[in-house]
Amino acid sequence: MTQTWTVTYEIFRKKGNQASHYDRFEMKVDPDEYVLDGIERIWAFNDRSLVFSHACHHSTCGACGMLVNGVEKLTCITPIRSVTKDGGVIRVEPMRNFPVISDLSVDMTVFYQRMESVGHQPVVSNGFEDSKGKFDPEDDLLRLSDCIECGLCISACPIALTTPAYLGPAVLAGAQQSGDLNPCVLDLVDSENGAWRCHSAYECTEVCPSHVDPAWRIMDLRKKLVSRRIKKFFGIK
Amino acid sequence: MEIPQAIVIGAGFTGVAVAYDLAQRGMKVTVLERGPLVNGTSGRTHGLLHSGARYAVDDQESAIECIDENLILRKIIPQVIEPNGGLFVALNESDMAYRDAFIQGCADCHISIEELTPRQALALEPNLNPKLITAFKVPDGTFDPLRLAMGFAASANAYGAEFNLFCEVKSFILDGKGNVNGVEYLDRSENKIKELFSDIVVNAAGVWAGEVAAFAGNIDLPIKPTPGVMVAYDQRLCQRVINRLNEPGDGDIIVPQRKMITVGTTSFEADNLDYIPVFADQVQLMYERGCELIPAIKHTKERGAFMASRPLLDSKTKGNSLTRTFKCFDHKETDNVDGLVTITGGKATTMRLMAEKTTDLVCQKLGLQVACQTAEMPILSYRKFHMAHNQEVA
Repeated sequence: MTQTWTVTYEIFRKKGNQASHYDRFEMKVDPDEYVLDGIERIWAFNDRSLVFSHACHHSTCGACGMLVNGVEKLTCITPIRSVTKDGGVIRVEPMRNFPVISDLSVDMTVFYQRMESVGHQPVVSNGFEDSKGKFDPEDDLLRLSDCIECGLCISACPIALTTPAYLGPAVLAGAQQSGDLNPCVLDLVDSENGAWRCHSAYECTEVCPSHVDPAWRIMDLRKKLVSRRIKKFFGIK
Repeated sequence: MEIPQAIVIGAGFTGVAVAYDLAQRGMKVTVLERGPLVNGTSGRTHGLLHSGARYAVDDQESAIECIDENLILRKIIPQVIEPNGGLFVALNESDMAYRDAFIQGCADCHISIEELTPRQALALEPNLNPKLITAFKVPDGTFDPLRLAMGFAASANAYGAEFNLFCEVKSFILDGKGNVNGVEYLDRSENKIKELFSDIVVNAAGVWAGEVAAFAGNIDLPIKPTPGVMVAYDQRLCQRVINRLNEPGDGDIIVPQRKMITVGTTSFEADNLDYIPVFADQVQLMYERGCELIPAIKHTKERGAFMASRPLLDSKTKGNSLTRTFKCFDHKETDNVDGLVTITGGKATTMRLMAEKTTDLVCQKLGLQVACQTAEMPILSYRKFHMAHNQEVA
């Protein structure tokens, strides 16, 4: 546990209208520390102007999503050991497909609004269906739902990269999770920028740190949408 | 009279709740936070919605505040709460020796508890140590820290409060007689120094409140920053909060949330508050203490280890037994500095009450007579929160 590595953090910087660049910080770290610990130390001891987002430091809030060596990571639970080696580099950049506020922080406002619009439930029954569709309706306990709205899936999504109009994996998974496909939600998800735009790359599920399996949920949402259309065609309620 | 301008320094639980209450009572509110929402102590809580039972023996004032506010938060912000209750579990004779005092303390503080047989307790929580001797059900809960703050901030937004994140206060603007007229701050996202004038500044900087108050001169706040380490594990091994039935101590609690659990906490003193390392021996201690309550932690992967520094009030006692209640300082009274109020101490669970008392004081200072309504009104969806418009990036 008390190993020491020397690593170089290469951090994306952007202030106001100035051009972006990368700053390098050589750090002594314990490889079992998390990537976020190093970033916080850079802020505390090297550069007070560094802007980055974080809150809970144990993967319940979703605030600290970033690109680490090109891959979407929740930095508070990503051990340094898992992304580099002694003497190696940790390149940290803000998530893709979101407007950058400054440095490593992105603006999630539109994303949150969309999660609200599709009615994603922040608290669910403890036995809520998992990504295999298993459901235990007997359970009367409640728990916070799996999606922590970190945005990693939207950053990793190749379709979200093509247009900001695409709702993106977390939002479509949110619609599937809420189960309430009312006309307003249908307008959003049963549309060009909704469930049908997904190319099933499954990148979202690959990077999800929180058991949501958004790709499975998008496929399940499509099933529900198709079944509605078929029922409507035959006049079945 | 013109609408008074209030500046709140800090967007931890206290800051967002104060912003909400001030804005609801008609003030123009600007929050200045040096980082994102709840980046300090508040964000890094294990998320326990206290029933107060933990303090029912040693700190009854805090215990009563906790149970009262617990019931209010369940009502006004259920969107961020797992309301599943908790257990206090006895594993040995020393724990049993605490039993009578615990029952009496909870009765004194009107915390409703129910004693369970080991069999009943194991039926509720099958992963508990099967050697438990007795257990009590208590009305604990858990909350999502970021979303709890975002909810209050969203409601503050709706009353016109603005949240300027990544804005670090550098100094106060003084009026020549030592009174506070505003602040000078660094907008970190643009690297620019800016100014803002105010009728009142509320210092809600938590463990950093001493550093902020010092901008106004030689002000001494009795805050004792007391960090503690917590460790999250990758499986939800219990549905309810599991507490050790004994004096408050290291590793006396396991808090479930989403699909994981967090074991907490330790208690020590620190110098540099901006970065406190997570000590390996304390992580190990959490593991060992956690395994006493839920042995299956042995077979569970560690998910994260983190620390937070509580802004406890110094009443000349040490660590775990420092008082959990809060205090509001009118610096006109204590230091002859007008225009500045400090609120510190307290628990996440009592954030709304802290804001109510602080806002009462601010209203009194500014000669406003508006009653607090935050205990009755539901909090808006946390997803309605937004940063100040001048900070949004296209």
